Amino acid sequence: MRPDYSVLLLTTLIGAGQGLFLALFTVQLFALAGQLPAPGSHAFYVHGSLLVLALLAGGLVASFFHLGRPERAWRAAAMWRTSWLSREVIVLPALMGTVLLFGAAHLAGFRPTLFTLPSGLAIDSTLVLGTLGAMLAFALFLCTAMIYACLPFLREWSSPLTVANFTLLGGASGFTLAAAFSAWAAPEATRYIAGWAFALTLLAAVSRVATLLRNARLRPRSTPQTALGIKHPRIVQRSAGFLGGSFNTREFFHGSPERRVSAVRSAFLLLAFAAPLALLALGGPRGAAPVLTAAFLVQFAGLVAERWHFFAQARHPQNLYYQDTR
Amino acid sequence: MTQLALVIDLNVCVGCHACVTSCKEWNTSGSAGPLADTMPYGKDPSGAFFNRVQTFEVGEFPDTQTVHFPKSCLHCEDPPCVPVCPTGASYKRKEDGIVLVDYDKCIGCKYCSWACPYGARELDPVRKVMTKCTLCVDRIYDRTRPEAERKPACVLACPTSARLFGDIHDPQSQVSQAIRDNAGYALMPEWGTHPANHYLPRRRTSARIHEDELTRADNPLKVDGLLPRPPKSDPSLDDVMSW
Repeated sequence: MRPDYSVLLLTTLIGAGQGLFLALFTVQLFALAGQLPAPGSHAFYVHGSLLVLALLAGGLVASFFHLGRPERAWRAAAMWRTSWLSREVIVLPALMGTVLLFGAAHLAGFRPTLFTLPSGLAIDSTLVLGTLGAMLAFALFLCTAMIYACLPFLREWSSPLTVANFTLLGGASGFTLAAAFSAWAAPEATRYIAGWAFALTLLAAVSRVATLLRNARLRPRSTPQTALGIKHPRIVQRSAGFLGGSFNTREFFHGSPERRVSAVRSAFLLLAFAAPLALLALGGPRGAAPVLTAAFLVQFAGLVAERWHFFAQARHPQNLYYQDTR
Repeated sequence: MTQLALVIDLNVCVGCHACVTSCKEWNTSGSAGPLADTMPYGKDPSGAFFNRVQTFEVGEFPDTQTVHFPKSCLHCEDPPCVPVCPTGASYKRKEDGIVLVDYDKCIGCKYCSWACPYGARELDPVRKVMTKCTLCVDRIYDRTRPEAERKPACVLACPTSARLFGDIHDPQSQVSQAIRDNAGYALMPEWGTHPANHYLPRRRTSARIHEDELTRADNPLKVDGLLPRPPKSDPSLDDVMSW
């Protein structure tokens, strides 16, 4: 499949935004439970929510560049009963609205106690909004991943590992960003967040490498024999039916030599996992903002490369009808 | 339930591309607007087509067969492209099973083309909406045409009658009989899409000739050997022609 930069940016930007929101809410929960020094000011949540909104909005803007008819994008919410893409289109603005309310409630100090748990814990509006936002963030990870995982004949994508990867990679980049952000806004929580980011990055690395190993062992189920229905071991294409290009020869081929694909694989393994792990281990305990910022930037670049490889690696069965296309 | 479909006889197709050009001609001049091309006379021509004929070589030289393989939307009975569409622009008609795109609702996200294992959908490069074979839905129900012309343009254009059109759910239809009698098959059955279009395989055409069939064993002229030479006095053809 051809990696389209609008989709690469959409999935990486909203993934980081979702992860950052989950990090903000995790800090709030741990501070509430007394496991973490509470961030000194509400600016941590307010500016953090703004950052989340900026990332989600950036992803939303990027997604429009993928459309042939962006002016009709509103129609995409119609088929949520059957289409994961439609569900994503609904959940993303819902998450943005919830994050906006979450940040606004923190900004205005609007925290009326809605009810009290039997243990005596007072549940206020930000906790309710945060819980709702966290559920939407996880739902959005599921929707985004299932867009790819629900296509059975794209076997590189059609796996529960795809859902795990989108969730863990988005979570890792979001928590790394949260660590860098808190080094500036709430230094007392930085070492904790950096620790979580380290663990998530490690988990994401395990899941992504497992996917690479799985995909390396895949044997194509569709062959020239099943594509044409001719049971002869040797079938060679002599003509695609036209000399110029077509949608089919452009959309489903990444057009890069195998060498570049494996170079991108090495690059994303280094940039998305190895380097951020080292930088988080280096800067996390000290709360060094520049090191943690570098960790996020490197990891984000690595995740764009990861997403490029995710597309390039997927072999669409329609390519069997265009065997001479490179 | 009706399921209209094409049945394509690979034994007969000669790869002339008449179906491709007639399809393009019909669908670029239809009510749905032109089926656009970019740089049609330029260096790298491109454009949207509903139907393509591809050529494959099967076997090892010298025992090879050239297979011309026309491919358009297969109008699957369980189309994977339809449920993924976020806007509902892609739909399968209940009354005749044709899979269609509502060009006014399509946002051009290309997701349906990813969801089609056959690569049957092509994005129109100018209108920026997904296009695909309509089985000439604007022609097959046109009551102003004579009955014989209410068929897809590709079917009418085929000089070898390699393309049949009809209802594959009607066991008595020409297409159902062709599928039954000639071992018609569907493409990529492994994905459970149940394509409506079927292909008829190559069939071996051969005749066995025995040695004694080359010369007529019961030739009456040879039963008693050679006939005696006629005497010189008998009238000959020369006597008639030259006097």
